[in-house]
Amino acid sequence: MKKLLGITVLLVVIAAFATWQSYDPGRGVYVFLSPDNLQNLLQRLGLYGVLSLGAAFVIVTGGIDLSIGAVVCVAGCCLPWLIRDCGWPPWLALPAVLAVTAGIGLWHGLLIVGLRLQPFVVTLCGLLLYRGLMRRFTDDQTMGLGSSAGGLRELATGRVPLGPGFGLPVPLLVLAGIALLTWVVWTRTVWGRHLFALGSNEEAARFAGVRTGRLTVTAYLVSSLLAGLGGVLFVLDVNSAQASSFGNFYELYAIAGAVLGGVALRGGEGVVLGVVLGAALMQVLPNTVNLVFGSNQLEFAVVGGVILIGAAGDEVVRRWVRRRGKPGRCGPPA
Amino acid sequence: MAAPLLEARGINKAFPGVLALRGVDFVLQRGEVVALIGENGAGKSTLMKVLAGVHTPDAGELRLDGVALRLSGPAEALRLGIALIHQELSLCDNLTVAGALFLGAELRRGPFLREAAMAAAATAVLHRLGLEVSPQTLVGALSPGQKQLLEIARALRAEARVLIMDEPTSSLTQVEAERLFAVVHELKARGVGIVYITHRLGEVARVADRVVGLRDGRNSGELRRDDIDHARMVSLMVGRELSLQRRTPHPPGEVVLRVVGLRTAAFAAHAVDLELRAGEVVGIAGLLGAGRSELLRALFGADRAVAGSIEVAGQRLVDHDPRAAATAGLVLLPEDRKSQGLILPMSVRENLSLPTLRRRGRWLDRRYERELGARSWRELDLHGGNDQVGAGALSGGNQQKIVLGKWLAASPKVLLLDEPTRGVDVGARAEIYARLHALAGSGLAILFVSSELEEVLALADRVLVLHQGRLAGSLRRDEADEQRIMMLATAAESA
Repeated sequence: MKKLLGITVLLVVIAAFATWQSYDPGRGVYVFLSPDNLQNLLQRLGLYGVLSLGAAFVIVTGGIDLSIGAVVCVAGCCLPWLIRDCGWPPWLALPAVLAVTAGIGLWHGLLIVGLRLQPFVVTLCGLLLYRGLMRRFTDDQTMGLGSSAGGLRELATGRVPLGPGFGLPVPLLVLAGIALLTWVVWTRTVWGRHLFALGSNEEAARFAGVRTGRLTVTAYLVSSLLAGLGGVLFVLDVNSAQASSFGNFYELYAIAGAVLGGVALRGGEGVVLGVVLGAALMQVLPNTVNLVFGSNQLEFAVVGGVILIGAAGDEVVRRWVRRRGKPGRCGPPA
Repeated sequence: MAAPLLEARGINKAFPGVLALRGVDFVLQRGEVVALIGENGAGKSTLMKVLAGVHTPDAGELRLDGVALRLSGPAEALRLGIALIHQELSLCDNLTVAGALFLGAELRRGPFLREAAMAAAATAVLHRLGLEVSPQTLVGALSPGQKQLLEIARALRAEARVLIMDEPTSSLTQVEAERLFAVVHELKARGVGIVYITHRLGEVARVADRVVGLRDGRNSGELRRDDIDHARMVSLMVGRELSLQRRTPHPPGEVVLRVVGLRTAAFAAHAVDLELRAGEVVGIAGLLGAGRSELLRALFGADRAVAGSIEVAGQRLVDHDPRAAATAGLVLLPEDRKSQGLILPMSVRENLSLPTLRRRGRWLDRRYERELGARSWRELDLHGGNDQVGAGALSGGNQQKIVLGKWLAASPKVLLLDEPTRGVDVGARAEIYARLHALAGSGLAILFVSSELEEVLALADRVLVLHQGRLAGSLRRDEADEQRIMMLATAAESA
């Protein structure tokens, strides 16, 4: 709960700063709050938020998934290929792509559980492997959808009108649906309870009769499935994918969003709302940099700097509270 | 007569809540091997650490060559020639043998290592011990026995005059152990004094010139070379009155656990058969490393057994895991509560419901959790907050009660307990005993492992004794006493 408060405050402060800095005296408007900018932000939040929720599933179990960006690339290249080159109808191509990406997650999970490989190694190799295969498969050609996707593109670019000149982007609604589902799983089902138990203490969970192996596999499956869904949405948004660059570094956005939102890298801790807010912060920060500096050169530097300051501040405050809370006590608590 | 090599007089040492050593005397002559024996917790380790400068005694004095000592730490002890060889070997696997030998005392010229000089010196020391490996070998590539010799080589390199060895043969093969005995003899001949700590009484008779017994932190007597025999050593170690009440046994019911030909991975050479009846309480005794925990873990399915069949109430478990065992009614309270029994960051309530939640469907049954939490809190008489605090915030005794409570909610038929009262204070201990009695009375079969003989004798209707993975004997409650158990555990009587 405290972490949620922290990230909310940070988000509000940065949004306020962006609003203040983005005042355009010529037009008399705050560019940050303009319908165009907000719609754009919320759409991107929807797209990246889905990836962060997937990453969170794995991190909660104490693992990591570095292959998210590469899986986005697989989905982004396969969807146009199936629809345009193979002539599959969109309603068949979409589930087929999701099944392939879920299969990738299943494969990761089996390697990690069955062969006891490190999640870092398995998914890092996945990152290299899938992108490399996709580049060969597409011969580095851009895979375009043209007009073949038809109404399916509404999933990524559509808007539900709310008022004059402003509509809620459909990807945000997709994210809301998946976040709700994740929340239900995490807080209302035995599966969720077992996931967190596994992340907190794998051995004790196993000794309590939790099927830790099977559970770990499901986490990687969900992560890749959501990365696949994200990839589909991304390609529907821009209408084409280029294997060498599509989804590059997206795993880092996904992981950073989850971790900023309070999902502990050691596992066993996390709140869905936090992940969504973390993902939002990962969109608002670069947007602010663009508005304030008029270029994106400093984007990475500012994102990195703000996260670092946030983490350091969190630690300093926690120590201060601990010291005040328990006077005369030294050393770590027993 | 010259002053003894090492002399300790009236050593007292207390830890919070425990008086570990009370007025202990200990003398070691040059060229003498003294075996230090006693039960777990008798104070052997503490005494050894006092001698090696790891602990500072609260009272008493140490003398080396008749000169009073105040050791500031193990480094100073080593400088004076007192070397401690740990039970768990403390060598870095990725160093070379020469590197490990000179770690912390490297030969150098300015900032540069004199590799050649160290290698030559290492070769000489290793040769003296009969450890014929190149100084360039990585420590990780050595066998446990070779590592043990390397530890000794390190002590020799530092020109140790007092060598304290803690269970040196626990990880050695027979051949390696023979090699070690030969080295001990050679060192003795060169005037090194050796303190030899072991549970294996057979070894004592082979290497020791004198035996010093410790019991409950006090000297319990000495044996000269000619008096060393198994029975006398056992009576030095035990032979104290029981302070716990024996319970009245319940008439046992039908067989609920039948184990045939179980072979654990650690002791695949020995098959274990056992039967447990409803209402019966059976204790497993044995020394450290006798395979007691391994047996329980294999029964529970936490480790894969190599072979054998396990039947719970007539239902056979094949290739099972903890979940299948728990479903069949066989549950384990593991040895390490904090890492295996509980999920410390989770609340008491969530820990209590963890094994049984799934029996109530896919959705979290919060009402069940709430009721179970409240009921368990009351019935187990838990203290320290309420059922919503983190399990890590409670005391050891209360934590153990939570582990018990979470399994009682699963209505088990057989309860396996590994060291049920380790780290539990006296009050909570009595409560746990009373609860186990009551559970047995209500028809539960209980199989427990304990390193405390008193506990085994007070609780068990029947005692099984393990020795190196083998069932060395089974004693009815009227036959069981500390002497007999120790005899079997140290394998003096081969059944």
